[in-house]
Amino acid sequence: MTWSQLGPLLWEATVETVYMTVWASLISYLIGLPLGVLLVVTRKGHIMPHPTFSTVLGIVINFLRSIPFIIMLALLFPVTRAVMGTAIGTTSVIFPLVISAFPYIARMVESSLEEVDHGIIEAAQSMGSTHAQIIFKVLLPEAVPSLINGAAISVTTILAYTALASAAGGGGLGALAIIKGLNIRKFDVMYSASLLLVALVQIITVFGTRLTRGLDHKRR
Amino acid sequence: MEPREPVGSLSQEASRPQIEIRNLRKVYPIPEGELVALDSISLTVDKGDIYGIIGMSGAGKSTLIRCLNRLDNPSDGEIFIDGHNILAMSQPELRATRRRMAMIFQQFNLLMQKTVAKNVRYPLEIAGMPKKQANERVMELLRLVGLEQKAAAYPSQLSGGQKQRVAIARALASDPEMLLCDEATSALDPMTTQSILALLQEINRNMGITVVLITHEMAVIRQICNKVAILDGGKLAEKGTVDEVFRHTKSAAGKRLFGVLPEQEENLPTEPALRIVFDGESAERPIISRVVRESGVDVNILSANIHQLNHKAYGQMLVALPQNLEARKRLTDTLTQIGLTVEEVYPQ
Repeated sequence: MTWSQLGPLLWEATVETVYMTVWASLISYLIGLPLGVLLVVTRKGHIMPHPTFSTVLGIVINFLRSIPFIIMLALLFPVTRAVMGTAIGTTSVIFPLVISAFPYIARMVESSLEEVDHGIIEAAQSMGSTHAQIIFKVLLPEAVPSLINGAAISVTTILAYTALASAAGGGGLGALAIIKGLNIRKFDVMYSASLLLVALVQIITVFGTRLTRGLDHKRR
Repeated sequence: MEPREPVGSLSQEASRPQIEIRNLRKVYPIPEGELVALDSISLTVDKGDIYGIIGMSGAGKSTLIRCLNRLDNPSDGEIFIDGHNILAMSQPELRATRRRMAMIFQQFNLLMQKTVAKNVRYPLEIAGMPKKQANERVMELLRLVGLEQKAAAYPSQLSGGQKQRVAIARALASDPEMLLCDEATSALDPMTTQSILALLQEINRNMGITVVLITHEMAVIRQICNKVAILDGGKLAEKGTVDEVFRHTKSAAGKRLFGVLPEQEENLPTEPALRIVFDGESAERPIISRVVRESGVDVNILSANIHQLNHKAYGQMLVALPQNLEARKRLTDTLTQIGLTVEEVYPQ
């Protein structure tokens, strides 16, 4: 295949991959971030202790997290159709991506927030902070470098999931590599699409690491 | 600033201690039953006190100070802050009370991702002070602790002593009436400890802020406290003014902490000696040179164990007993006239 044929194919697939990854990540964080906060603050000894809630939420998240994405895709077919209008295509695949990714993100956020020294939270309490002030002015800001680092990992994971979305008719670099490349034996397509996926992961990782270092004032 | 109590209740409150702890008890459940961290603790802190709570690690002192602002919840008992039971307070009341009793910690607990200035501004920010006014107050506080040059630095760029100064500035931001210090100098070297203690004393004197501090170091108590409570195994071993407790240490825990070892109490000389006891009442002047001058007897000091405490001397000194009986009598008489207690001791 010539470059003039391959180029537009790769470009279109890259745009689709980025589109799926960005939207799925944003919506997953919208759900996963608050859940991660809740997991931490409702724990015993934290600012809003509610062990039953914390345990139940933990079990639900673990349950969702243990279902492999490819199976989730199939299981969610009817739900996806109901929510997105159709169960196939690049946009509708965002729904199962979110369902698979938000529990993962909740755990990532949880582990970032756990790194915040409890003494800092107690100091904030001793100054008469409300729960909201502790969460938004202490807990989250103190965890920013770690949250960014976690986000880079989460986004690359979602990017990897998008490759599987081809099973549900989603587009992107994964679909290109598997359908055009592997199935009809156009190996140049397969390799170039795979290389682009690797490049995207690298870009996100490097960017994430730089940002984390730049924002962290704790280790200087 | 929190709205103060209405004038009508002031006279009633003036007679009450600032902090009153009654029969405080704290137990932690453990597999074998329960662990008693604090057992029937009662003590009162008056306005203007620098109240030291001392004990070995595990004595329960940290739990005690953390109960005062309810970072820990007591299992039983009552704590009154200006006559208000802090254990019966609603969340908003508790938050308002906490702003009047700031706290500093052994590990400083500064916001690591915020600058020094923003750390100090935090209490003002959560109280809703306008930004411009808050920034002015921040600089004023940083000047007070001698760190105005470090406003834009991050805590990780500061030394331990500087971090604690930032923590003190932050604690003072809410204009508190009380300052709780949880092992505030334990992570610092001796020199830095001195400067932080001096700062705490200055804050107490100049701003009238009541200080409650916990420590495991007797030197801290001796240097700045006027009252002391000794905790031992979750129980109050003794309490009172520092003078009193130091002079008449009754409890075993107190003797351990004051460094009065059993062998020192039985400190016997290797030759006949005169034991001179300093009880804080005399000893303002250079006693020994005065004794030498007035008695005309040379004094040979064998050993001395004397502590300076609030500019008074406590402890004892052993001096060689003069062979000459007349010299012995003149020395003893001179010492007694000055107001010191003396006794002759002999080796066994």
